[in-house]
Amino acid sequence: MAEYKTEPLKSWNKAKELRLKYYKEYQDAHKNGGLRWTGGAWSFDAIPAGLGRDVYNITGEPYGASLAFDKQLSKECMEAAEAKGWARDLCSYMRNYWGSMYLNKYAFGGEYPSPDFCFQDHICCSHGKWYQHVAEYKKIPYFCIDVSVGPYEDLDENRLMFVVNQMHESIEWLEKITGRKYQDDLLIEAVENECRSTSAWAEVCYLNMAKPAPLDEKTMYSLYVHGTLAKHSKEIADFYEELRDEVKYRVDNQIAAVPNERCRLMSDTQPPWGFLKVFRYLENFGAVSIGSLYTFGLIGIWEDKPDGTWGPRTTPMQKGESITTRDQALRILADWNLSKPEWQHFYDPNIKTRMMLQIVKQWGVDGVMLHLNRGCEGLSCGIMENRLGIAEAGVPVMTFEGNMGDEREFDEKRVMARIDSFMETLGIDMLQKAQ
Amino acid sequence: MITAGIDVGSKTIKVVILKDGRVTGRGMKAAGLEQAESATVCLRQAAAEAGIKESDIEQIVSTGAGRKAVSQANSQITEVGADAVGTVHVLPEARTVIDVGAEEGRGIKVSAEGKVVDFAVNEKCAAGAGSFAESMSRALEMTLEEFGQISLKSTRSIPMNAQCTVFAESEVVSLLHAETSKEDISRAVHDAIASRVASMVRRVGIEQKVALIGGVAYNPGFVNSLSRSLETEFVIPDDREYIGALGAALVAVERSKGNK
Repeated sequence: MAEYKTEPLKSWNKAKELRLKYYKEYQDAHKNGGLRWTGGAWSFDAIPAGLGRDVYNITGEPYGASLAFDKQLSKECMEAAEAKGWARDLCSYMRNYWGSMYLNKYAFGGEYPSPDFCFQDHICCSHGKWYQHVAEYKKIPYFCIDVSVGPYEDLDENRLMFVVNQMHESIEWLEKITGRKYQDDLLIEAVENECRSTSAWAEVCYLNMAKPAPLDEKTMYSLYVHGTLAKHSKEIADFYEELRDEVKYRVDNQIAAVPNERCRLMSDTQPPWGFLKVFRYLENFGAVSIGSLYTFGLIGIWEDKPDGTWGPRTTPMQKGESITTRDQALRILADWNLSKPEWQHFYDPNIKTRMMLQIVKQWGVDGVMLHLNRGCEGLSCGIMENRLGIAEAGVPVMTFEGNMGDEREFDEKRVMARIDSFMETLGIDMLQKAQ
Repeated sequence: MITAGIDVGSKTIKVVILKDGRVTGRGMKAAGLEQAESATVCLRQAAAEAGIKESDIEQIVSTGAGRKAVSQANSQITEVGADAVGTVHVLPEARTVIDVGAEEGRGIKVSAEGKVVDFAVNEKCAAGAGSFAESMSRALEMTLEEFGQISLKSTRSIPMNAQCTVFAESEVVSLLHAETSKEDISRAVHDAIASRVASMVRRVGIEQKVALIGGVAYNPGFVNSLSRSLETEFVIPDDREYIGALGAALVAVERSKGNK
């Protein structure tokens, strides 16, 4: 018998609509005289927003994940990329994306909608090369901002200006390649929206500290994705604020994601998208994955609070600051993004371990499941160091090998067997007769 | 009280029957493609050795990769859990368990009570398991027993660069063409397997004493290589391939008492 009540998320349908609308608007942009551009989920999408309200982007990682979810199309894409001579151990999102481009097939029907330009930043080595190749293949212009200035805790004026100056340069470049006049008011609006959406998403994750957890990670994957699509958009910022209010309601009324919650887990990195059933399998044990540094901090922006806890970063608007100039907007945008939790481990795995242990402590996590993700060199970087740090802190931890976007590297039976062993280690039996 | 533990491994099925805490019957059979059928035959074999009828068994616990295929089992336990219980029962001083079977290697840190503290399992690759040695012995046209023994006669260490069994076989052929002795090739293969297993075990940490179980623990070449790689000696129980089944039978005793 269920211990907690549960009910579907009211925002679910809106989340689906927004996501499909995003891909459709990108596809149709040219019909209405608009512009299309491509880059990663971490690109500074607020900057091209200054070109006009008819500018639409497609971000590569969520698009690669959408392709991965369609196993047949993903296989075709992988094979198309490999047929071009690309190695099988490259980023699997990138191979999916490139395959879609080579095959001229769009995951949402029709032909691959060619972008007009690429706009990217460079912290993960795959990211820079990804769009360089798209630009060369499609013969379109490409701009990349180098953000590798070290961890946020070491940020100083020189490091910040290294990024801000490139941002200024990128605006001149955008004007030149599009022939459009740049509008600072649209940039300012986009920066405000980005701060709002990424802080609101962090608030949603913060609310998942409650017991029972109002959201499980499988559901969170379908929600955090909006921030990876267009974190600068008003629509997404508004949606995340609505979602936050709904999650707050669930917390206040003890509405659980998993009705029989008795064990709280945390994962890491992208999941194997074709096998999200792993998270449903956990429910057989009354286990809920409350999230991860990945779901919390890929897009969510956080800060250390004076009481030593970790919480959503206070936006400039919440501080009463008003943004009035291009330079001020760019400085805020750079500083905001450089504090992104998922950017920190590129410099030192210990920073990531520290944040993971903070989540374990603050969210009441009983065990950690680390996905040794062969598909993402960037986010898997240092993950065994994280495992060691977590284990040394006395927190039970298991690893499983897979690939976020290439199902050929995931052994479902073996992973489920390993989960069985891990749950047994935690002293948690399967609830159902299904064992 | 009579209980049974059935360990359905990827290659063989092992059964242990316990009567009042004492092993009275054992059975072993190739798993084949029909695991359920093989398990039934194996259980019958063990019951015959114990001089009991199958219906005399009060509680059966299955373990191993194919544990869910055993219809006679009252419940299951994972191979990690069964290894821990079985090993600490026969070697109470063991705190690290290394189990290397045909297709899987495991490193387990255990408590004095036989509880799993941490574990690591090899990933989707056979290069750190017994089937790798078997495949290489075939390439050298030797029995597995011969292959393990000659490794001890090797006088030099040759690194094997291949990271997978398929390429390793090509490398063995190249070494043969280079007139490398079979003794040295055998050691190179065992060193390669040991290196994989050692790195997996180091993930959970080495705490003395270290028990080595599983069928591959019969291979002296592998034991020697792993001992050098981990710079430690092992305690190796008799009937090392039955430890998982023994652990399952012991869990069956506990469950029968209603303690679990």
